[in-house]
Parts: sequence; structure tokens; C-alpha cells
Amino acid sequence: MKMIDEMEKAQLKDVPKFKVGDTVKVFSKIIEGGKERVQGFEGIVIKRQGGSSRETFTVRKLVQGVGVERTFLVHSPRIDHITIQRSGKVRRAKLYYLRKRIGSSATKVEEEKQVEATQPAKESA
Amino acid sequence: MDGILGKKIGMTQVFDEAGNVVPVTVVEAGPCVITQIKTAAKEGYAAVQVGFGQVKELNKPMKGHLKEAKVRHLREFWVAKPEELKIGQEIKVDMFNPGDVVTISGTSIGKGFAGTIKRHHHHRGPMSHGSKSHRITGSIGAGTTPGRVFKGRGMAGHMGAAKVTQKNVRVVSIDAAKNLILLSGAVPGKSGNLISILRTAAAQPAAAKKEEKQAEQAK
Repeated sequence: MKMIDEMEKAQLKDVPKFKVGDTVKVFSKIIEGGKERVQGFEGIVIKRQGGSSRETFTVRKLVQGVGVERTFLVHSPRIDHITIQRSGKVRRAKLYYLRKRIGSSATKVEEEKQVEATQPAKESA
Repeated sequence: MDGILGKKIGMTQVFDEAGNVVPVTVVEAGPCVITQIKTAAKEGYAAVQVGFGQVKELNKPMKGHLKEAKVRHLREFWVAKPEELKIGQEIKVDMFNPGDVVTISGTSIGKGFAGTIKRHHHHRGPMSHGSKSHRITGSIGAGTTPGRVFKGRGMAGHMGAAKVTQKNVRVVSIDAAKNLILLSGAVPGKSGNLISILRTAAAQPAAAKKEEKQAEQAK
């Protein structure tokens, strides 16, 4: 196991610290017609899963009212960089409850720095 | 020399050049030592006996056979030209290159006495509605005609802990300093088990052709 830990450690990248509930923008490298370009994907991190070099995270966003989720490997060489747009305060490790929500409440996650919540996210029918 | 012995360490995943994730099994292979050379003239077939692993003390019969080489495991590999090799010669993992195709064999995980569902992938019976035939063996054949059970009928019995050989396993990478070889996918058996790795000479041209095709498609 020690050998495997060492191998996995060697593959780790320097990734900014972000957690579940944060709004991030992931810039991934895409090869299109022989050319490489960088594409951004912005949304809320709804889960982080796995450890070490195997760790993945899932970003959810709404596109014309339809939820879109994309899972990335945290240490993937295909990810150019990640920027944290907004840090959120959540009480769950996995934000699967956002999938049931429609409209603005689906993207509302409290800002972390607020001491007390002004308006808790409304549950819409 | 085309074969080496190793110890399975475990599984993980690595990124390839394109950024894809490849599941790999890490095997600590070698260094092995040639302990005996068998020739067609003497033993009737051409092979080398290879030793791997360490023991503190050898018993007297093994000392007579191995002399100084204190190895735990002995296995044989068939070779075409045994006269090119000599006793005491070291075999190291750097004889393989990433992209090589190998045949591996090891001992699979023992399952003990297993029923037909686990052992032969039979279907189970109904779990409710008065049924009691949950996981039992079903019918094993017809009645008076043929009046016997056909050979090869799947029944319960001992499963696993048998030699399993996998062909066309791809070598992902080599760490010569640490004696590690990374094989694509799973390898039979538990971590710590002995694995023999043999170059699949016949499979190599096919693999090369496949790579060429992929390169063409990429263009």
C-alpha cells in the first residue's frame, strides 16, 4: 500500500482549495479539429468523492432551466485551471437536494462569510 | 529471456499522455535469478528455472539445488535458446517497455465451496410466494430419456484458488529503480500473490497493427 500511496502522491497537482457548495469555474483543455483550446464550465460543486489522485468533483449548473452536471478529476492533466467564484456555506457533504429544485432556488447556496442567513433558500414546489 | 516473476501490490489509476485515466495493477517484479537451465538434450525440453523472493534460511535439499541464491519461489519459463543464458543471471523488470503485450498468470481468490449461482452463473429461484427454491440447484436433466446426467453439468463445488492466465495484458509503465511494472486492468489473485509475467510474442504484431490503425484514425 505504501508504494501505491507514493505513486498517487506523485500525480497530485497544485489545485486551489475549494469545497462542496462553492461556485467554481473549471477551465478544461479540449482538442477540437487538431487544435487545443480551453473551455470554461461554471457551477456549484455538489460533491467531492474519492481521495488522493483518484479524487473527483461534480459541478452542477442550469442551462435554460435544465440541470447540467459534469464530473471532473481534481488532478486531471486535462484541467487547465480552476477559479473559485464564490464560496458557499452548506450543511451537507453532497448537495443532491439541489437536483429537485427548480428556478432560482436551485442555484442559491448561502455565501459563506455571512454570519446569519438573511433568507434561507426557499423550497419551490 | 521473456519472463519474470513478481508480487502483486494492488490497484490504482494513472493518467496517460492524453490525460485519460487508466486503471492499473502495480506488480513488484524481480529482480529474479536464473537457478537452473533445462535443455532438450538433458531434460527433454528447453526451459529456464527462475527464482524470486527472499527466504532467511534454506533447508539442505534446497541449498544443494540453489547454492547461494536464497529465493522463495521457483517457476519455469520455456525459452527458445537456453544456451544464451547462464545460471545466476539476473532478470530485471527493465526488459519490458511501456506498450508491450504480456501474458500473466496467478492464483485466483479462493471462494470455498460455492453454489451453482456463484460458480456457474445460474439463475436463482423465486424468493417469495411460497417458493423454497431460493438458491438451490435446479433441474440437472430430463427423465428416462436419456436416463443419466450429461457430462459437464454445472454443479456446486470448490471455486477459485486455481491458476488463472490472462492474455494480451498491456504494460502501462515501468519503474526500473523500484522494480515496479504497471499492468493495465486487473490481475488474478489477492495483493501479495505471486504473478508470472511473460511476453506475448505472438500477440505483439497484432498490437502493433492496432496501434498503427489508431494512429491513422487520429490523423
